[in-house]
Amino acid sequence: MEHITLLLAIVIVTALVFDFTNGFHDTANAMATTISTGAMKPKSAVAMSAVLNLVGAFLSVEVAKTISSGIVNESGISPEVIFAALVGAILWNLLTWLVGLPSSSSHALMGGLIGATVASVGFSGVNGGTVITKVLIPAIAAPLVAGIGAYLAARLTYKLGKNTDDKATSKGYRAGQIASAGLVSLAHGTNDAQKTMGIITLALVTGGILVPGSNPPMWVIVSAGVAIALGTYLGGWRIIRTMGKGLTDLQPQQGFAAQSSAASVILASSNLGFSLSTTHSCSGAVMGAGLGRKGGVVRWSTATRMFVAWGLTLPAAGLVAAGSEFVMRQGDWGIAAVTVFLVGSSAAIWVYSRRQVIDHTNVVDDEVEEPGVVTTAINAVTPPPAGTPAQDGVTAQDGLKTTIAAPSAAAPESGPASPAAV
Amino acid sequence: MKIDWVALGSVFGVSLVATVVLVGLFTLGIIGLSKQPSAAGQTGGGSVALFRGGAYLCFALCAAAITYGIYLIVT
Repeated sequence: MEHITLLLAIVIVTALVFDFTNGFHDTANAMATTISTGAMKPKSAVAMSAVLNLVGAFLSVEVAKTISSGIVNESGISPEVIFAALVGAILWNLLTWLVGLPSSSSHALMGGLIGATVASVGFSGVNGGTVITKVLIPAIAAPLVAGIGAYLAARLTYKLGKNTDDKATSKGYRAGQIASAGLVSLAHGTNDAQKTMGIITLALVTGGILVPGSNPPMWVIVSAGVAIALGTYLGGWRIIRTMGKGLTDLQPQQGFAAQSSAASVILASSNLGFSLSTTHSCSGAVMGAGLGRKGGVVRWSTATRMFVAWGLTLPAAGLVAAGSEFVMRQGDWGIAAVTVFLVGSSAAIWVYSRRQVIDHTNVVDDEVEEPGVVTTAINAVTPPPAGTPAQDGVTAQDGLKTTIAAPSAAAPESGPASPAAV
Repeated sequence: MKIDWVALGSVFGVSLVATVVLVGLFTLGIIGLSKQPSAAGQTGGGSVALFRGGAYLCFALCAAAITYGIYLIVT
């Protein structure tokens, strides 16, 4: 660790912070349905996921050769560009966590890298075609593939088991669900912790500390594994609630179908050369399983907000990264300013989140009404149709359950005006 | 820009088949085990053993699939 410059140190710390947000953002992927169906207690679920993430980080020695999967030209990448990309990715992760929407951490990182690269060397540094094949197509394909699989599996399991007693079988489904959730956690640890190791290693190479092509030092592997495990253990409860309760209501059979489908898709995609996002696969699987039960519904207002967040991931992280890169090019004060900006914004988001705390104690509460603070924040980042009361009124008329209990929330306020109703 | 439709198609096919087969097997296993008490009351011990054996076979196949999954992650 000799001669690590201040900038390099900042990049390494930021990379670990990204790793941490990645962990707590993606806890939901493995554990949301496990928690909502009651297969595991919330705390034990995140603890198991954290341990498996940590184990996963040490399992694979093959470090991600590219951190952007060829989307940007990494040959001339500087620590500043990496830092700017991380700033964009972290802030997007925190923002989506605040509004409780699952979104892909990898896409946030890719968006950050694209934005920072464009600000640094112009559009020539970005491979436009790769953006489509590695980001857009997978973003559409992943939820479809996982959703159809989970839908068919849920249909099948209900059909086969229609003559059995629910109480007798739910224990079995829960056990199966824990196994498949474990697989997802393990796969996440191997993939995403590697990504951070790749970033730090790349930063060390560009800083001249390591020779190109060298493996990450032990301290990099350990710190990346610990950061992602800590993040996972902390648990992004807001996102867990959305995926486990907000999108649809899951019974143990459906939870098992969803989790198995997600695990199959993730493993198949990473081994057959068409990489699909874990987050997108899991969200799709949850929705598919939700539709697979007779009378099951998906709350499309929540799903729409989630899709909008997916669409915004790349541009939003990219814009923040581009802005950061632009400021940093102004000199050393720019780097300081961006660092202060990152810390300040993160702190602000955290303080904002404390207004309506969601943690392991209330994550599975039946009340899925969005708190005011979150609704406001969602409306700020999504087009109006997704979250307005009018839209919810329409879906209510269609016989679907609504996510936002806007009418009931409004009722007490209008109470004094109409005492007869009370 | 070249979209690898073959890879995407195989991901789709493989994961679809794997999911449905696994969930089906697991469901059969659960049904086999849950039928034990009632079957024991109505028929002889032979059918209980049959159900139980079939259930364990299903679970064993699922366990093998999970082991294969871990193998895929590690390598």
